[in-house]
Amino acid sequence: MILQRMILPMTLLRPLLIFLAVLIVWHLGVVVSGVPHFLLPGPLRVGTVLLDRWQELLANAWVTGLEIVLGLLLGTLLGCLSALSLALLPPLRRWLLPLLVVSQAIPVFALAPLLVLWFGYGLGPKIAMATLIIYFPVTAAFYDGLRRTEPGWLDLAKTMGGSRLSILLRVRLPAALPALTSGLRVAAATAPIGAVVGEWVGAGAGLGRMMLDANGRMQTDVMFAALFVLAVLALALYALIDHGCRAAVPWAQERN
Amino acid sequence: MYDSPLDSQTRATAGTAPAVAVEAARLRYDGLPLFDDLHLQLPPGEITALLGPSGVGKSSLLRLIADLEAAAEGRVHDGSGGVLTGRVAYMAQQDLLLPWLDLAENVFLGDRLRGARPDHARAEALLAEVGLADRRRDRPAALSGGMRQRVALARTLFENRPVVLMDEPFGALDAITRLDLQSLAAEKLAGRTVLLVTHDPLEALRIAQNLLVMAGRPARLERPDRPEGTTPRAASDPAVLHGQADLLARLGRARAAG
Repeated sequence: MILQRMILPMTLLRPLLIFLAVLIVWHLGVVVSGVPHFLLPGPLRVGTVLLDRWQELLANAWVTGLEIVLGLLLGTLLGCLSALSLALLPPLRRWLLPLLVVSQAIPVFALAPLLVLWFGYGLGPKIAMATLIIYFPVTAAFYDGLRRTEPGWLDLAKTMGGSRLSILLRVRLPAALPALTSGLRVAAATAPIGAVVGEWVGAGAGLGRMMLDANGRMQTDVMFAALFVLAVLALALYALIDHGCRAAVPWAQERN
Repeated sequence: MYDSPLDSQTRATAGTAPAVAVEAARLRYDGLPLFDDLHLQLPPGEITALLGPSGVGKSSLLRLIADLEAAAEGRVHDGSGGVLTGRVAYMAQQDLLLPWLDLAENVFLGDRLRGARPDHARAEALLAEVGLADRRRDRPAALSGGMRQRVALARTLFENRPVVLMDEPFGALDAITRLDLQSLAAEKLAGRTVLLVTHDPLEALRIAQNLLVMAGRPARLERPDRPEGTTPRAASDPAVLHGQADLLARLGRARAAG
């Protein structure tokens, strides 16, 4: 009983303790080694920046967050549509699959300057980057799920007189949702990379832009502060999507 | 008295259940013929049990009738040349319940797939027939194996097809649950043309009017004597006990030959 009551607080406490330990080691390391603060600022300096410039950080986090969320939505939508059309029209696969693989083989970072050239300095290229980076994992995971439907379910649906489309929508699609959720988790973890790289290449606002500015002025503490906010943002997004996936596909946990 | 929707259904199909005929069935597996020039006739409105050693091709033959086995050749018709498409319901060893649907939704899945308005009332009445009226909002994960197979039976009955193909439907259940479900199935499927693939001589003798044993490679069909009496027979029925010895001897020979 005591153990059971201890488990929940421990799951919350453990990351906090680890975080605290990292801060202490970091602080001692900086103090003992005497590294100049423009190379490695101590946690106290970073904390001061977080407190002093929280409005600026928040405004930039809002921009980056918007890019990530819109990229996630667009990439997921495109990925799901691609996977569904591949599943519904097998001949399409021969034509589309090489294209998909190529889209993944090109490093998205190499495309960033081009996207900025085409879409300008606003939200456009960052959303495009985030979309591109998550499109493949979402498509691949969902398509894989659509192809791995329990054969017995398909036999049953066939004898019931279901059409290809109705079997896809009523049986194969729900059966593939657990696979899609694992694609979405990968997407949630990688979409921030797309947005930030987009900002590095050229942007008017956003956490990546803020880091770039700070880098130019050797304000390493500001870079760390922006990085910290970005990490919190990415973690929150991941937790949200992970939670949403669990709630939407409760039967997926049966198989483990 | 409560008039079950199932009784009226059974009455409606009893006179109209077609025979099932398979002619010149052929299936090669790994270059070897599993069966070749196989002929099969299922009498209308009766349960026929198909027994035989594992891997002899029983399930493939059933799947050929269900039009699910693309690799098998052969002509399947209703005894007078008509096709069976749309007249066949299928029940497998796994219950094949969809985990994201509740029990009622699983039962009327066929309506959904055909784009018809789901008949909620009939689905719920059938769940009541198999003893699960109060569980209709539950998900399959909350049920025991026996209950899940009851739902699968209700779903099969919901399809209301005159021909029912069952592939070891009770094979994964414990002995007592299996006996319960055999009796329930025999009662509810009366009047339909049923092919029951099974490993279990007791099951065949309890609920089938007709017996077939499939053996050899390429496989041939043997026809043991029809067991006497009305189905479902009690497990202690002398006809069942006597038939069981005979069937076990045949299956032993079949395995030695295969």
